[in-house]
Amino acid sequence: MVSGPSLGERPSLQSRDYVAGGATQTAVKILVVGHFAVGKTTFIGSISEIEPLSTEETMTRAAQDLDDLKGVRGKTTTTVAMDFGRLTISDRVVLYLFGTPGQVRFVQMWEDMARGALGALVLVDPERLADSFAVIDLIEQYGLDYAIAVNNFDGNPQRAEASLREALDLLDDTPVVTCDARDEKSSAAALTTLVSYLLARAG
Amino acid sequence: MNGPEDFELEAAELVRPYVITKGRGLPDDDQLSLITLVTAAPEQVQRPLRLSPEEQRLLDLCSAGYLSVAEIAGHTRLPLGVVRIMLAGLTEAGYLITRPPVARARLADKELLEEVLSGLRAKFG
Repeated sequence: MVSGPSLGERPSLQSRDYVAGGATQTAVKILVVGHFAVGKTTFIGSISEIEPLSTEETMTRAAQDLDDLKGVRGKTTTTVAMDFGRLTISDRVVLYLFGTPGQVRFVQMWEDMARGALGALVLVDPERLADSFAVIDLIEQYGLDYAIAVNNFDGNPQRAEASLREALDLLDDTPVVTCDARDEKSSAAALTTLVSYLLARAG
Repeated sequence: MNGPEDFELEAAELVRPYVITKGRGLPDDDQLSLITLVTAAPEQVQRPLRLSPEEQRLLDLCSAGYLSVAEIAGHTRLPLGVVRIMLAGLTEAGYLITRPPVARARLADKELLEEVLSGLRAKFG
């Protein structure tokens, strides 16, 4: 077992770890969702201003053993809980990005995360489209507006948008973008697409 | 760096959660949501001795600025439910100030979304 901080020890935080202008900030959140190993943590890490953090409820061990490793190359660890990052948007708004595992068994976690979220970005692996069905079902069940970001692994051939839309049974106005979750600009562009869409829906 | 591979809830294995929380139950979800911002109350000079080490630790963590509930759980590596309960107790006792996110309303949403969109564009071009 790798040792973590023991009880009573204070994690040493730098001033940049705290929310700048916290007394006047409004916190908002966007979910970054997708199936196991699709790149949620990478996405959040590419755009977060803090080292992404992780928190859990209690059920992670069993879940880790159950996850489907089929077709996942070089993935030695899994997101067993929710990972999240932070982006200070302005002196009035701080945005949190929560990465959420797509498994239905994390119901309590989903309720916590979905409540009050502005919307969701659904990361999709073009080679494992069927694995995204459950995630999209959950998002719709919680009434969240969403955009699809197709995360391209290692230059795999990209499905034509039309067939992806058909496979995922998307509404015509649901945005579909491609992104490289490792790249800050690319991740930011996907997020910007989502927020533009959310704004259009709110208008 | 603490990656997922060394994420271990060692503390929680040594002390059962209901001991840390002194048997208290979960607080109201909206008051301490994942993104409720928390900081220590300003005029807090001396802390009573009856606070547990975990409560002291949370107060210390919150004394240098604002953090979200999720960040506090992430930094302390305590389960989210446990952190929420302790934060609720400390808030009730006047040691902490909380800033819950604004209630969602259509207009507020639109203004917030506009702010987020322009912020993202300004940051990432």
